[in-house]
Amino acid sequence: MVEPVVAGTDADTEASVVAALEQRRQRRYLVHELLHSSTFMVGSSIVLFWIVMALFSTVITQSPLAVHPFATLKGPSAAHWMGTDSLGRDVLARTMAGARSVLVVAPLATLLALALGTAIGLISGFYRGVADDVIMRLVDVLLSLPVVITAILILSLAGKSTAVVIVVIGILFTPLVSRTVRSAVLREREREYVLASRLRGERSWFVMAGEIMPNITAPIVVEGTVRLGYAVFTAATLSFLGFGLQPPSPDWGLTIASNRVYVQFAWWTVIFPAIALASLVVGVNLIADGLTRVFSR
Amino acid sequence: MSAASAHDAAAGNGATPAAVEVRDLEVSFHRRGRDLPVLRGVSLRIGAGEAYGLVGESGCGKTTLAMAVLRYLAANGTVDRGDILVDGRDIATLSDEELRKWRGEAVAMVYQDPATALSPAMRIGEQVAEVYRYHQGLSKGEARERARESLRKVALPDPDATLRRYPFELSGGQQQRVVIAMALAADPRLLILDEPTTGLDATVEAEILDLIEELRGRIHAAILLITHNLGLVARLCERVGVLYAGRLVEEGPAKDIFGDPRHPYTMGLLRCAPHFGMNKTDAALHTIPGTLPALGEALAGCVYSARCPMAQPVCTRREPDLLAWPGNGGPQARVAAEAAPADPVAYSPHHANPVGEAARHARCYFSAEVPDMPATAPVLGAHHSVVGAHEAGDVLDIDSVWRTFRDGRKKLVAVHDVSVSLKRGETFGLVGESGSGKTTLAKCVTGLIAADSGTISFEGKRLKPTAGQRSQASLRAIQMVFQNPDSTLNPAWSTRAILSRAVRMLGGAKGGSVRAKVDALAADVRVEPRFLLQKPMSLSGGQKQRIAIARAFAGDPTLVVCDEPASALDVSVQASILNLLVELQASEAVSYIFISHDLAVVRYISDRIGVMYLAELIEVGLAAEVFSPPHHPYTEALLSSIPTLDFESPRERISLRGTMPSLSEPPTGCRFHTRCHRFLGNLCVEQEPPVQEAAPGHTYKCHIAPDELLAAQSSMEPMAPVEA
Repeated sequence: MVEPVVAGTDADTEASVVAALEQRRQRRYLVHELLHSSTFMVGSSIVLFWIVMALFSTVITQSPLAVHPFATLKGPSAAHWMGTDSLGRDVLARTMAGARSVLVVAPLATLLALALGTAIGLISGFYRGVADDVIMRLVDVLLSLPVVITAILILSLAGKSTAVVIVVIGILFTPLVSRTVRSAVLREREREYVLASRLRGERSWFVMAGEIMPNITAPIVVEGTVRLGYAVFTAATLSFLGFGLQPPSPDWGLTIASNRVYVQFAWWTVIFPAIALASLVVGVNLIADGLTRVFSR
Repeated sequence: MSAASAHDAAAGNGATPAAVEVRDLEVSFHRRGRDLPVLRGVSLRIGAGEAYGLVGESGCGKTTLAMAVLRYLAANGTVDRGDILVDGRDIATLSDEELRKWRGEAVAMVYQDPATALSPAMRIGEQVAEVYRYHQGLSKGEARERARESLRKVALPDPDATLRRYPFELSGGQQQRVVIAMALAADPRLLILDEPTTGLDATVEAEILDLIEELRGRIHAAILLITHNLGLVARLCERVGVLYAGRLVEEGPAKDIFGDPRHPYTMGLLRCAPHFGMNKTDAALHTIPGTLPALGEALAGCVYSARCPMAQPVCTRREPDLLAWPGNGGPQARVAAEAAPADPVAYSPHHANPVGEAARHARCYFSAEVPDMPATAPVLGAHHSVVGAHEAGDVLDIDSVWRTFRDGRKKLVAVHDVSVSLKRGETFGLVGESGSGKTTLAKCVTGLIAADSGTISFEGKRLKPTAGQRSQASLRAIQMVFQNPDSTLNPAWSTRAILSRAVRMLGGAKGGSVRAKVDALAADVRVEPRFLLQKPMSLSGGQKQRIAIARAFAGDPTLVVCDEPASALDVSVQASILNLLVELQASEAVSYIFISHDLAVVRYISDRIGVMYLAELIEVGLAAEVFSPPHHPYTEALLSSIPTLDFESPRERISLRGTMPSLSEPPTGCRFHTRCHRFLGNLCVEQEPPVQEAAPGHTYKCHIAPDELLAAQSSMEPMAPVEA
C-alpha cells in the first residue's frame, strides 16, 4: 500500500466524536422536548385516559347495558354521576365504555389509510411519469368525493359491519396520506444517496422501502396523527347517522343520535358523550401539533 | 472605557474617526440548555472608507460578528460583553425605532445568496424603489427614477428592462448587482459583504469584484468583507483580520499578512489551497491537522494550540496577546508567560486588544518562526506512480454525445456533440461555468442521465444509456462521488450498513467476507472503525465524503466520476480529501473524471483538462497546456478571473461581456462570440469555428490559429477586430 496520509484524519476523528455525542444529545433532546411540550403532554393524557377507559371502564363503572326501568332520564346524582338515559342506563358508564368502539375503528382505519397511502405515495413519487399522472388523477377523483356521503353509499351496499366501516374510512383517507407521502418522496428521491443506490444496481422496491422510507417517517407519523383525529370524527358521524354500530352499543355517535330527542329536558344524555367525543378529537390533534412542532425543529 | 482608549492609542490613528469599532466583543448562543461562546473577545477597528477583510474557516464566528454589528443576532444569541460603535454611536443604546432607522440609513449588508435576499414576488423596480421611499421618503416617481439610476451605477445592462423583471428572470450575477444597488441606495456608512460571491461562477465573481472595487472609489462606506476566499480579501481589502475559534489571531495590512503570515493558522490556511499551477505530481497538499473546536469547548491557552504544528508547552499555559509584529514581543511574552502562573482559560478584555503600536499583530509567541513552520503535508512518493499511467489504453470513449432537456416548449441542449476519451489511471478535469453541461455529461457517463444520441464505450464495449439497463459489472466499474456531503449518505443507515451494502452489491462479497471488506475499505479511506457504528449525521463533512469515496471504491472501480467532491468543504479538509483521491488513484490505478469550478484544484489533480462552454467541449488537452497560452479565449478569460494572492504581479483581468446565453438559443457560429474579447467579426458569428491543434492532443475550437493566439495571449492584448 501507499504511505498513509495521516494529516486530516484525526481531525475528522475528533469532530466525529463530538458529533456522535451531539447525535445522542439530540435524540434525548427530542424526547425531552416532547415531554416538556404542554401541547403534546395534554393531548397524550387525554388520549391515554380514553384508552384506559376503553380497556377497563367496565371494571370501574356500572354496566353500560344494565337497564333500570324505574330510574329513566334522571339527572346527575350521587348514584348516577352523569344521570341516566331513557332506559335508565348509567350515562357515566356508557360514556366511558363508548370510547371502546371508536378507539377500535379510528386507529385501524388510520393504519389502513397509512399503509395504502404510503405504498401509493412511494410508487407515484418514485416512478413519476405516467404512473404518477394516472395515480394522482385517481387520487384527485377520490378527494373530490364527499367522505360521509360516499361512506354511507358504500355501507348501504356492503352492509353495516364494523369491518366495513374501517375499510371504508381507511380507503377514503388514503388519497390524502398518499399526497403527503408523495411530496416527501419527491424531495427525497433526488438526494444523492438515492442516486448512489441506482449506481449500485438496487431494485426499485429496495430503494423505496429501504432507502427512502426510513427518511420520511416523520411526515408519515404526523400525517397519521392528523388523520386519526379525522377518523375518530368520521367514525362517530357514521354511527350518529346509523351506519356504524347498532343499539344497544354505548358508542358515542350512536348514543348522541338516539338521545338527541331528549336534549331539551335531559341534556346530560347528550352532552357527556359529546364532550367525550370532542375531548378525544382535541387530544389527538394536540398530539399531532406537538409532534409537528418538535419534528420541524 | 479605559480599554477603549488604550485601543485607540494602539491602533495608532486615534485622530481619524472609526466607522466601526468593536471592543472586547463576546457573543454566545444559547442552545439546548447551554451557553456556547462564539466570539470570545474580539476587538477591531475599521476606519472611515477602509475595507477590512475577516477570514477564517466556517464556524470561526465571522458571520456572528457581522450580525452583532448590525444588532441582528438570532434570538438565542446574546452579547455578553463589549461594545460596538458604528460611527461613534453605541448601537446597544439604540431604541427599536432608532435601530430601524439606523439600519436603513447607516448600514447595509450583502448576503451570500442573492436569490434569497430578493423577494421573488416583487419586480426589481419596486424592490429597489422601496428603499428610497422608506428611508428617504421620496415619492413614487422620484424613487423609481433613483432606482433606475442605482441600477445603472452597478452596471446592469438595460436598467429600464431590469426594473420590470422579477428576480428569477435575472442571472445570479445580475441578482447580486441588484442587491448591491439596494445596499448602496441609502449611501451607508458601513457596507457588510458576507461571502458576496461564494455561490457565483468564477467569471461572475470576477465581475462582482470589479464592481465592488470600482464602487469603492465613489462611495464613502467602510467595508467589512467576510469570506473564506483569501484571494478575494487580497484584492479588495487594505487590512485583514484572521479569526479562529472566536478570537482574532492575526491582523494587519492584507499585503503583509498574505505575503508574510506570522500566525501558524494563517500560514496553514495559505498553504492548504493548491497554488495555481501546482500539480499532484509535484507534491501532496498541506493540511491542517485536527478540526475547529466545537462550540462551547473549553480551550487551553492559545485557541489554535491543539492544531498547531509549532505548539510548545507554553502555548497551553497562557494565551498569547495580540503582539505587535515585527518586534520582540513574542519572546518577551513567552518568558513572561512561563514565569507567570498557568492561566489557560483567561480571555480578558486585555487579551482582546492589540499590544503595542504597530501596523500588524499576531497572537503567537513564535511569530518569528512561522515562516519555517514544519510542513503538514503527507510524504511524497505515492504520487509519482501516477505518472506513466497514461500510456495505457483508453478506458472510456465518449463519441458525439448529445443530451437535450425539455422546458415547456423550449429545447435545452445541455450536452452538444461531445467526444472525448480517457485513459486508464488518468484524471480528466472538467471545467466551465455552471450550466455549461459538465454535470450532465458526467451523469451520462454514469448512466444517471441517458444520452439522447452518440455512444459511450467502456473498455471497448458500448454502454447502455441508463444505469438501470447496465450490467452489474459495468455499474461497479463506473462509480460516482457526489458534491454534497450532507445528502450523499443515507441518514437512516449506519456507516457500516452503507458500506456493507456497497460491498455486497458492487464487490460481490458474501457472508463473513463483507465485514472484513468493509473494514479494509474504511482503512483505505482512513476512517477509524468505531465511526462505522455511527450514522452520517454524527460525522464531520470530511468524514462523510471519505465514506462516500469508500462506497464508490467498494467494487474496485475502473472509473470514478467526482462531481465537485471537495467544494462544500473547508480548505484544510478539501486538501485532505484531494490527497486521498490522489493516493487511491496511485494504488488502484483508477481513472477520474473530476468536475470542479475551482481551477487551481482542477489543475492540481488533473492530467488532462476539458473546458466546456454552453454544452460544448471547446478545449481539451494536457492540464499544463490548457492552462497556458495558446488556449481558447474562454479558457483565458476563466483563468484571468481567479483572484490571486500575488500582489507583485497581479494578473490582467479579462471581463467577459454580457451573460451566458440561453441553452435553448445558443449563438450562431462560434458559441462564445457574444462574450469573446478576441471577437473577430462576422466570421465568428456566421461560421462554426474549426478544431485547431495547439499541440499533439491539445485541441480547441476557435477561428484564431494557435500561433496568432500565442502571440496575442503572451502579450495580453486583445486582437484588433478584423472584418470578415
